[in-house]
Amino acid sequence: MNNLKKIEYSLKKRKRQESRFKIYGLLGIATAVSFLCIILSSIFMEGKKAFLSTYIKLEVYFDPDIIYTSNDQKEEDIKFANFQKIIKNSLNSFFPEISDKGELRKLSNFISSSEEENLMKLVLKNKQLVGQKITLWLLASSKIDVINKNPDMELIAEEDRLISDLELNWLNEIRSANNIKSNFNKNFFVKADSTEPEQAGIWGSLVGSFFTLFVTLILSFPIAVAAGVFLEELAPKNKFTDFIEVNINNLAAVPSIIFGLLGLAIFLNVMHLPRSAPIVGGMVLALMTLPTIIIATRASLKAVPPSIREAAIGLGATKFQTVTHHVLPLSLPGILTGTIIGMSQALGESAPLLMIGMVAFIVDVPGSFLDSSTVLPVQIYLWKSTAARGFVELTAAGVMVLLSFLILMNGIAVFIRQKFEKKW
Amino acid sequence: MTEKIKIKSKNVNVYYGQKKALDKINLEIPTNKVTALIGPSGCGKSTFLRCINRMNDTIDICRIEGKIIVDEEDIYSTEVDPVLLRAKIGMVFQKPNPFPKSIFDNVAYGPKIHGIVNSNDELEELVIYSLKKAGLFGEVKDRLNDTGTSLSGGQQQRLCIARAIAISPQIILMDEPCSALDPIATAIIEELIDELAKNFTIVIVTHSMQQAARVSQQTAFFHMGSLIEVGRTDQIFSTPSQKKTQDYITGKIG
Ligand SMILES: Nc1ncnc2c1ncn2[C@@H]1O[C@H](COP(=O)(O)OP(=O)(O)O)[C@@H](O)[C@H]1O
Ligand SMILES: [Mg+2]
Repeated sequence: MNNLKKIEYSLKKRKRQESRFKIYGLLGIATAVSFLCIILSSIFMEGKKAFLSTYIKLEVYFDPDIIYTSNDQKEEDIKFANFQKIIKNSLNSFFPEISDKGELRKLSNFISSSEEENLMKLVLKNKQLVGQKITLWLLASSKIDVINKNPDMELIAEEDRLISDLELNWLNEIRSANNIKSNFNKNFFVKADSTEPEQAGIWGSLVGSFFTLFVTLILSFPIAVAAGVFLEELAPKNKFTDFIEVNINNLAAVPSIIFGLLGLAIFLNVMHLPRSAPIVGGMVLALMTLPTIIIATRASLKAVPPSIREAAIGLGATKFQTVTHHVLPLSLPGILTGTIIGMSQALGESAPLLMIGMVAFIVDVPGSFLDSSTVLPVQIYLWKSTAARGFVELTAAGVMVLLSFLILMNGIAVFIRQKFEKKW
Repeated sequence: MTEKIKIKSKNVNVYYGQKKALDKINLEIPTNKVTALIGPSGCGKSTFLRCINRMNDTIDICRIEGKIIVDEEDIYSTEVDPVLLRAKIGMVFQKPNPFPKSIFDNVAYGPKIHGIVNSNDELEELVIYSLKKAGLFGEVKDRLNDTGTSLSGGQQQRLCIARAIAISPQIILMDEPCSALDPIATAIIEELIDELAKNFTIVIVTHSMQQAARVSQQTAFFHMGSLIEVGRTDQIFSTPSQKKTQDYITGKIG
């Protein structure tokens, strides 16, 4: 009876302990989730604006006097024609009262400079346009875009605002004539970097990331799997293999920037491979990913039950047959999961790539493994460190794209694990 | 005994690292008979069994002294390839361990890697023959493509037996093949062992004396790494010559 009382007393204490522990756990999770929500929602609120851009409707008159500077009306003329002036005149015809040169220049800055080339291409294709007046939606410049998307900015004092009161008045006039609209920002998905936010896109760095990761995968997967299989299944257990094992585990913990320095010293300075190229970036990231995949390979080889090996060996399979016919196929889901996790780490990596020059300002979408390019996280870093206000939204949108790819890759890893995992 | 001897061990010592697991084992195993190895847990029955097909080679710390002669040949001599040896000596393990592949592929694996069959028809014939021999064909003939792991424990163990006999070994080693099975599945396997003894030399480790009495013609009693006594099964269980054997079969040690 006495004993039972004691147990009852201590049981209460133990139960209290348990519920306290539960509360700590819940608090921890709640904090983590709320931080995640704050980060994701602020990125999303900012980034979603980058997926739209602002267009202004103008009556564009393709003035033959401006386009054809020579008498024989050559194609060359169109190529070198002053389309800036055509745009300026179109704006001027909407605001006929403006005549001051400085004000006109400000007005013509409403339209993105990329439209000059677009108009030129349009005329090159349809020469009959010369002399005609047509209505076109032209891409607005970034500052107009930013003001249009963030109406609260109009309330800021003039000296702190992106545009002056005068420009704001013009914008409101365009608005009241219903000559402004927001539309899908195609540039963001087809272009590379640019000094003008409205012309900058993520595609260039996406392609760069793709090339880089491709090189990483091609190099690291076979090497790491071979190394993992050798160490786990075939190598004798001695001091030397122990030494290698310890070093591989240490390598996984080496800060990534060290791999970048190594790449700079060896791939660029000794082997003279091209700077800023995905092939070098891929090689550096492969070095970084190798230990991750080796460790995953060894762990999943270890997880294959010894009974399967015994069954194969008992039937007279050689060591090699045992590994290739049974052990490796069974551990493949684990190996692939580890590989994808290693690859998504590589996708998010920027520090080592800064070392080998993948931080350059690159306007062209890379076409091969040797072209200068950048990668998603570096592009985000570049945009973040640029002053122009329009890049704020692009940065957030870039983060969204990067996160989407990371989630996609991890989703594939989870899928593989659940789909192909064998139960014993 | 006047039978032909299939396996003969001469002064076999086995060490795991510094630890001696078997001490001077001298044992003769007759052809096409069932020999049972009995003894308390940890006495070295499995260790001895695994010496016969050189399964212990896969354990780094395991060292073997002495000779094991199968068909007049010392299997630990340098000319013998353990892979070839294992094709001649099949093994069935304590826990059923089918490959996580189809029933058909489980049985077909051995013949395939050894290049025993020349055509798919021949392979199919051999798989069916082996499944029939293992008394499993009737139960699985409609689902040869299901995975082996989807079978019941007893069926899995018979699948492992079918897998072993598909490469027509001369000897089958069984390490407590029924310890993970229920009594009904055990009875089926015991019957099967009787049947298989017509064509194979069988060495079976068992912790159940009743099982040893039921299936074997010869019984060897191990205790703490030594072979205490070996003889005809009926004689071992009725009139053992050693005190320790007597104690074990009457339940005083074990
Ligand atoms: N892989 C191994 N490594 C080290 N010691 C082992 C190993 N396998 C068995 N032993 C030891 O050898 C002795 C005999 O084991 P075993 O042959 O498995 O016994 P039984 O099968 O009769 O129960 C035991 O003391 C056991 O601890
Ligand atoms: Mg055992």
